[in-house]
Amino acid sequence: MTKHKIASLPFAVWMLIFTILPLGMVIWFAFTDSKGTFTFDNILKIADFSETFLISILLGALATLICLVMAYPVAFIISRTGERVQQTLVMLTMMPMWMNFLLRTYAWMSILEDKGFINQFLGLLGMEPIHMINTRFAVVVGMVYNFLPFMIIPLYSVMVKIDKSIIEAAEDLGSNGFQVFRRILLPLSAPGIVTGITMVFVPAVSTFVISKLLGGGKEWLIGDFIENYFIGTAKDYNIGSALSLVLMVLILLCMAVTGLVDRDEEKGGIGG
Amino acid sequence: MSVDTIIDLKNIVVSFDGETVLDDLSLSIRNGEFVTLLGPSGCGKTTTLRIIGGFVTPDSGDVFFAGKRVNDLPPHKRQVNTIFQRYALFPHLNVFENVAFGMRLQKKKNAEIKERVAELLKLVNLKGFENRRVHTLSGGQQQRVAIARALANGPQVLLLDEPLAALDLKLRKDMQLELKKMQKSLGITFIYVTHDQEEALSMSDTVVVMNEGVIQQIGTPQDIYNEPKNAFVADFIGESNILDGIMRADFVVEFFGRKFACLDRGFAPDEPVDVVIRPEDIDIVEPMKGHLTGKVTEVTFKGVHFETIVDFKGFKWMIQTTDYYPVDSVIGIVLNPEDIHIMKKSEYSGLYGDYSSYSEEFDELADPTIDLTDEGGGESVD
Ligand SMILES: Nc1ncnc2c1ncn2[C@@H]1O[C@H](COP(=O)(O)OP(=O)(O)OP(=O)(O)O)[C@@H](O)[C@H]1O
Ligand SMILES: [Mg+2]
Repeated sequence: MTKHKIASLPFAVWMLIFTILPLGMVIWFAFTDSKGTFTFDNILKIADFSETFLISILLGALATLICLVMAYPVAFIISRTGERVQQTLVMLTMMPMWMNFLLRTYAWMSILEDKGFINQFLGLLGMEPIHMINTRFAVVVGMVYNFLPFMIIPLYSVMVKIDKSIIEAAEDLGSNGFQVFRRILLPLSAPGIVTGITMVFVPAVSTFVISKLLGGGKEWLIGDFIENYFIGTAKDYNIGSALSLVLMVLILLCMAVTGLVDRDEEKGGIGG
Repeated sequence: MSVDTIIDLKNIVVSFDGETVLDDLSLSIRNGEFVTLLGPSGCGKTTTLRIIGGFVTPDSGDVFFAGKRVNDLPPHKRQVNTIFQRYALFPHLNVFENVAFGMRLQKKKNAEIKERVAELLKLVNLKGFENRRVHTLSGGQQQRVAIARALANGPQVLLLDEPLAALDLKLRKDMQLELKKMQKSLGITFIYVTHDQEEALSMSDTVVVMNEGVIQQIGTPQDIYNEPKNAFVADFIGESNILDGIMRADFVVEFFGRKFACLDRGFAPDEPVDVVIRPEDIDIVEPMKGHLTGKVTEVTFKGVHFETIVDFKGFKWMIQTTDYYPVDSVIGIVLNPEDIHIMKKSEYSGLYGDYSSYSEEFDELADPTIDLTDEGGGESVD
């Protein structure tokens, strides 16, 4: 065995225990019944959840899109500031992540409540209160707020590597602002976009805390069902595993599509 | 402003963070000219190019392009293209797409783009590199892609910011010739930045010598070399011995307590001046036959010549000679009128042009005029 191989041994063991084994268990549960006999029943039952899957993916995708649109200019601006300012801004971006996830979500409850901050403020202005808590809107707000840093950071880290002179060269050759974005920034930041989308979309699609606290538990997302099958009232590891497996496959499919777009962007880029 | 002036900078002032980087800079560039901005690091060469390219807006002063004021015209609307100090090729595009970039923006037809890119790649000797990723290219190849890319838009003016700085000597010499040839055949204006004086002299029609944001001299390479305006220029362009002298009359200058014939006139009687003597102009003769005699303190072999440091009563000169004179030998020198260049005194007087640092005896050099005045040597105006 070479030195190289010995060094990678701990990693291999880790992968085996914490990635391969659990995945195998999920697959095993998904294709067996409670007595351990092989069956397709669990997978077939997933059809009943198709609407939930759709809503979860749509809300997750919407939150991801909003994060992307908000984070992109922010990340770009941070990447163009001086080194000192950059460090401070990056720290400020990450700061909310150091706060407990539940606490942050509770905070949003009190902001969005019928008698929460926003509505009190509207009241002061003499405006009618708006019902926000326990709606899909509140769920998306919660997702965007919680996962925004996960979009900004990967975008920022690819953008700092884009040399100012490359942008200037594009301008020099006749690019206006939009063309610089389309032909230079977008393709060069594509890897960051893919990472950001992954890091926001995956937790957003499978969240159950946000939908419970801000959605009021009225509309269950796929994460809520999975939680319920594993540690909730409807204990059924087999269905729960089947749900997880299908969710994983769907996420992988979404990622594959994003990856294809990314590769296209980096290669051709031009011609749009 | 004459008709064929393509770029005119008028009283440009630029400062960054309260520090003046360009100070009242005025420069007129003719169409088709090869102009070189030459000066030490940080003197404002890149900033001057960026003013022309549109990346820096002057605090005051005006930029004219073909007679039109373009102060507020953004870079993408200017008919100039730049080769950046570090090439700035697009890393996500291959060689072909890098060169085609500008034409794609102009929505040119694919067939036309193909043809033009092929033509340009041939011009810069990179045929067959179309599909290479730019980071797989050598420095010289990247540099040539940058040239092709900048030429693709058919600019009237090409700005080149030390394009050859990263290349080794041999490649640099080759590229110098190629660039010069290209500029002639394309007939466009090149504004070239370098801090290599040899490069500037060999390539340019006009050399602009800058220091600390101020233009020191504008002229042909010959003018700049033969008639430097002040001690800074004399020292920056080639090697120079710079001495204190006094113009006794037109065509007569006195230094080392001795009068010499020269070719300069128009100074006030007894005006103190700086005298420039180029190391390669000095003729070495036997001690008895020389205008001055000195002792060799140091000899360095430089390939083409020996760089010989000679002590003339405490003031050390550099002399370049093909003959070898060993250390401690006593030599005489002869100065012909055309070897002596006279400059007006300037803020740079006394700062440049002595080679005392070549020797270990610094202090005897503090003021070379002191023990020279008492020499009172004979008149030797030839
Ligand atoms: N954006 C900027 N912000 C602050 N200072 C700057 C900026 N650009 C240039 N400077 C300063 O202006 C001065 C001139 O810079 P410039 O880049 O024009 O020099 P240069 O002659 O091109 O030097 P070099 O030969 O090293 O490239 C330098 O002191 C530099 O530090
Ligand atoms: Mg520079």
